[in-house]
Amino acid sequence: MKDFNYIQPDSLSQAGKYLSNRNNDAVILSGGTDLLSLIKENIYTNENVVNLKTIPNLNNIKYKKGEGLTIGALTKISDVAESKIIKEKFTVLAEAAKEIASLQLRNMGTVGGNICQRPRCWYYREDFDCIKKGGGECFAYQGENKYHCIIGGGPCYIVHPSDLAVALTALDAKVKLFFDDSSRIIPIHEFFILPEDDYLFENILRDGEIVTEIIIPDLPDGAKSSYIKIKERETWDFAVVSAAAVISKKGSNIKSGKIAYGGVAPIPWTEEIINKSLKNLNADKNEIEKISKIILADAEPLEKNKYKVILAKNLVKRILTNLVLDA
Amino acid sequence: MSKDSESNKISRRNFLGKAGTGIVGSTILISSIGAADKTGPDLAEAPPIDPKETDILNLWVNGKKQKLKINPSSTLAEVLRNKLNLTGTKIVCNQGACGGCTVVMDNKAVYACHMLALDAAGKKVVTIEGLLEGEELNHLQEAFIEKDGLQCGFCTPGQIMSAYALLLSKPNPNREDIMEAMSGNICRCGAYPNILDSVLLAVQNKN
Ligand SMILES: Cc1cc2nc3c(=O)[nH]c(=O)nc-3n(C[C@H](O)[C@H](O)[C@H](O)COP(=O)(O)OP(=O)(O)OC[C@H]3O[C@@H](n4cnc5c(N)ncnc54)[C@H](O)[C@@H]3O)c2cc1C
Ligand code: SF4
Ligand code: FES
Ligand code: FES
Repeated sequence: MKDFNYIQPDSLSQAGKYLSNRNNDAVILSGGTDLLSLIKENIYTNENVVNLKTIPNLNNIKYKKGEGLTIGALTKISDVAESKIIKEKFTVLAEAAKEIASLQLRNMGTVGGNICQRPRCWYYREDFDCIKKGGGECFAYQGENKYHCIIGGGPCYIVHPSDLAVALTALDAKVKLFFDDSSRIIPIHEFFILPEDDYLFENILRDGEIVTEIIIPDLPDGAKSSYIKIKERETWDFAVVSAAAVISKKGSNIKSGKIAYGGVAPIPWTEEIINKSLKNLNADKNEIEKISKIILADAEPLEKNKYKVILAKNLVKRILTNLVLDA
Repeated sequence: MSKDSESNKISRRNFLGKAGTGIVGSTILISSIGAADKTGPDLAEAPPIDPKETDILNLWVNGKKQKLKINPSSTLAEVLRNKLNLTGTKIVCNQGACGGCTVVMDNKAVYACHMLALDAAGKKVVTIEGLLEGEELNHLQEAFIEKDGLQCGFCTPGQIMSAYALLLSKPNPNREDIMEAMSGNICRCGAYPNILDSVLLAVQNKN
């Protein structure tokens, strides 16, 4: 691995000042489970690596009824997967956390690092100077694109690799960001950006900006949620397609609901038309069938990933059936 | 335990290193064969004194306090192997994708190849060498021998450390618990059924 200096700030303000100074050529490390891969493969060659784990108070899970849940960015993924309140009340998030990588990596990786991780496109991870690395061509577009996006692509066709991001999108989470010496809070759907807006990055973070907290609004009593991830093998793997759903019911009707999909787009994907059609829906088998027919109607799959459209439709059918009918 | 034969190491590293970066594609595997040498430093030839050893690391390893001068970009696995001569911890894929380097840190299983050594500062690390009880093998090690929980043995230290971490948090795991907790440990020889039986036997013997 290329040599670097390890900077270990003991306050957010120290880290912020250091990171926002462009002369420092610095990059953030939380768990390091993705960053070390990027350094080992020479995709990142920064001189200075800034450890966020030495900053106090960024590693905690707090819940207040009526207000909701906050998760510090440095919270370990295994702590999210095992948290009693998250398992009970925000099930989709615990289930997504449990689907990530392996136990060892969940013990090391953090929530902040998970939503900021870089794409897994194999051209990006290998020695190809593709568009995302400032080159002139997307090699996946006409190349090996079995695992690439079916919607929202162009000029880069990655899928966002984070499982948590999909669950957090279905939960309408917000992200708290720290820059230099001040904070701002933005909805998660504004955090992730499409390649048509900026193909070099997957989110709005700019040099030196730090994710410090995830904020999740409380769910009404009786709300149910779930995450299903399709992988190609039993051991660790990224999602081929995944779905996260959060549903509130009133009697046998769905009062409101939100579905997000992973593995289909360069950002966690959600469709207003589907979320709207869930409102006050008398959810029987027929209605669920109808919804699954119209999801991803605008998909434009690449040559080798048409299968993802069918997979996503069936996944939504399965997740709604589980949550609404088999309850 | 087999010696780390170089040819053995390279082929595993090359294969697992690439498998670890996502979903494997045949075209990519071909393109990256030439990159075998970049998946990890040649540990055997690392110079004994490194002018880049600028940082001090304090940690506990197998119950002993250690104070070491290290290069800040060293991984925990490199420091364990090269500085402390604890070569039971294997570097196989060097990508956080196979479990060969699993050690237990503050009672939890982690991949030593994919974390910075400095991130172990102040922590308690246990490696396979730390399981010996005097001259005696740990009951997990005994069970692996009795149930033949290995073929080539290269993944075994990592397997045992994963099982050790599991038993710390859950002394009576069932088959599913074991399979789930150990799914981050890949065995190229496919000795899984015997590995599972070994852990179950260790649980039984302890009770
Ligand atoms: C073998 C393997 C399998 C994996 N499988 C999965 C999977 O199934 N699902 C999944 O979702 N992920 C998976 N991952 C990806 C990922 O490494 C982890 O999920 C992890 O959560 C990343 O967190 P980290 O703290 O280690 O991030 P780091 O490696 O520390 O950081 C990742 C990136 O985010 C930036 N960053 C980190 N923290 C912050 C912050 N607070 N603010 C701003 N920027 C920040 C870093 O600069 C870096 O670019 C896998 C990784 C490996 C190696
Ligand atoms: S999909 Fe994006 S990251 Fe992959 S080759 Fe195309 S431009 Fe590069
Ligand atoms: S050597 Fe493969 S996970 Fe560390
Ligand atoms: S890799 Fe050979 S025994 Fe597991």
